Amino acid sequence: MTSPHDHDEHDGDQPDGRRPDDDGQDGDADGGATPPLLELESVAKHYGSIRALEGVSLTVRAGEVTCVLGDNGAGKSTLIKIISGLHRHDAGYYRVDGEETTLSSPRSALDLGIATVYQDLAMIPLMPVWRNFFLGSEPTLGRGPLRRLDVRLMRSTTRERLLRMGIDLRDVDQPIGTLSGGERQSVAIARAVHFGARVLVLDEPTAALGVKQAGVVLRRVAAARDEGLGVVLVTHNPHHAHLVADRFVLLKRGTMAGAHAAGEITLDELTRQMAGGSELAELSHELRRTAPPGPDAHE
Amino acid sequence: MSAVAAAAAEDERLLPRSPLRRLIGRPELGSVLGALAVFLVFAIVADNFLRAGSLGTVLYAASTIGIMAVPVALLMIGGEFDLSAGVMVTSSALISSMVSYQFTANVWVGVVVSLAATLALGLFNGLMLTRTGLPSFIITLGTFLMLTGLNLGFTKLISGTVATKSIADMDGFPEARALFASQLDIGGFAVQVTVLWWIGLVALATWILLRTTAGNWIFAVGGGRDAARAVGVPVERTKIGLYLGVAFGAWISGQHLLFNYNVVQSGEGVGNELIYIAAAVIGGCLLTGGYGSAIGAAVGALIFGMTSKGIVFAQWDPNWFKFFLGAMLLLATLLNLWIRKRAEAAG
Ligand SMILES: Nc1ncnc2c1ncn2[C@@H]1O[C@H](COP(=O)(O)OP(=O)(O)O)[C@@H](O)[C@H]1O
Ligand SMILES: [Mg+2]
Repeated sequence: MTSPHDHDEHDGDQPDGRRPDDDGQDGDADGGATPPLLELESVAKHYGSIRALEGVSLTVRAGEVTCVLGDNGAGKSTLIKIISGLHRHDAGYYRVDGEETTLSSPRSALDLGIATVYQDLAMIPLMPVWRNFFLGSEPTLGRGPLRRLDVRLMRSTTRERLLRMGIDLRDVDQPIGTLSGGERQSVAIARAVHFGARVLVLDEPTAALGVKQAGVVLRRVAAARDEGLGVVLVTHNPHHAHLVADRFVLLKRGTMAGAHAAGEITLDELTRQMAGGSELAELSHELRRTAPPGPDAHE
Repeated sequence: MSAVAAAAAEDERLLPRSPLRRLIGRPELGSVLGALAVFLVFAIVADNFLRAGSLGTVLYAASTIGIMAVPVALLMIGGEFDLSAGVMVTSSALISSMVSYQFTANVWVGVVVSLAATLALGLFNGLMLTRTGLPSFIITLGTFLMLTGLNLGFTKLISGTVATKSIADMDGFPEARALFASQLDIGGFAVQVTVLWWIGLVALATWILLRTTAGNWIFAVGGGRDAARAVGVPVERTKIGLYLGVAFGAWISGQHLLFNYNVVQSGEGVGNELIYIAAAVIGGCLLTGGYGSAIGAAVGALIFGMTSKGIVFAQWDPNWFKFFLGAMLLLATLLNLWIRKRAEAAG
């Protein structure tokens, strides 16, 4: 497969020296000495008087998956928005390659190689797949008034990139809204990988999906990891997290409720911590008194 | 791992779309069918309809609407309205006329000043929209009312009547008239120059929409503003550009108005904004944005032209014109709704 970046005019949006097609290199390039790709330390974010985040730290290394777990309202999306440059943190440190950074926009995050797949996927349902794929970073041909989209490159790259993700789209002209949820997630991931992402941030990619589709998406996450990307996977499903994560960060009402490496914690323990341990015991006690277990207790 | 992935991909492989479904996916389809139907009806009921002279009249009527319907369609694809588009044409003509008459002896000064001023009006709409975040319906309703008042007020103030003075005897008038309001002879057919402007604008708009980065952005800001912003599309700049496009169309239309009649009636243009929007919608533009085409809008304008003139040729009561168009509009909207449901149905 030839790299689409052989076309000179296409490279304008990407920082020098980074190529998305680094097949040969895996994430094991970073020993203990190299700083992590991305590091947050004691980050805080307030919405007016609402404290959405307080003292949250997180590390992302190349070829690893960092899972952010938390209940609804725990601050997961807020954390993502800080990482992706949509919001600025109010306190704490944001480091990329060990250097402190302040992002001014999603564009500046992209320029640093931090690509985010939002919950709504940042896709335009009525637009064809290939237009969505390149939206915001369109390759062009020609100069001046004759500058035009490189439609052929756009179509063929889209098809090729999706094929590499295991999706065989025969028609890249169909509106992206006609794809299934898992496929759309995969397109979003393929797009991020293609545009030279080093850090891939995914906000609840499996939340709205069935078991099978969620499996498809988790495979793409693993594929991106294997290509050497650092992945931040946000989810409230400990089962999904446990399948792919190298480290876990637990959020609870905007604060850190724990940080663990993959080997240090079992799925049961993770689930228990997620659900808030004693709170869950209390809840089950409470439910038992008001509603005796019936035939549908397991649904 | 890769074997598993391939197996998974196997299950979700999509059926290829048939050519028929592809055709149904074109935004222009409804309007083209509608235009054919209207054409057939008048070809049958109106004896004179098929004569070259009549077709020239129809094309002229279509072009006067089409020149505005095209940029209005682009704006609508970008997710916004411009209710001031109709009176902006009159404003543009008035500015040109009054500047020429009051300050100089040459109409070209007025034409150029009018271009700058009309673009400034478009810029005002665009900036108000992007800075305040208010719906374009409200903002351009405000501009519409203000311009309506300014058109009448200024004209009365300066010329004492509701119309401007004739500029037909000024320097540059013949040349300007040739550019904006002449009749050309093309292969034995008399064609109004506005028809060429119209075709040129349709071609330009189609090129922009389908083959340029800006076109990609127009579809994107209309189809999902926040998503577009998240991937780095300059949403504000795109929308301001679209309002400038409408202003440019208003300038051409306004100059045609002026150089065709030599004088400008200051109360003109009110209500035309809805006709432009209707033409765009009949042509397949979604009111909610993100979908449509310039060619569709042009066909929508053609339907207007055929209907307004066809009714005359058929010697029907012209009062039926608006009813007919209203019915067309509703039919087109229903068809568009159906198409969108098909296109958006997620798997
Ligand atoms: N734009 C906002 N303005 C005010 N409060 C917000 C905003 N976004 C999120 N919040 C609040 O911050 C908290 C964390 O929200 P969020 O990050 O969306 O949680 P999660 O994604 O984990 O469900 C919630 O209490 C939410 O109500
Ligand atoms: Mg969330």
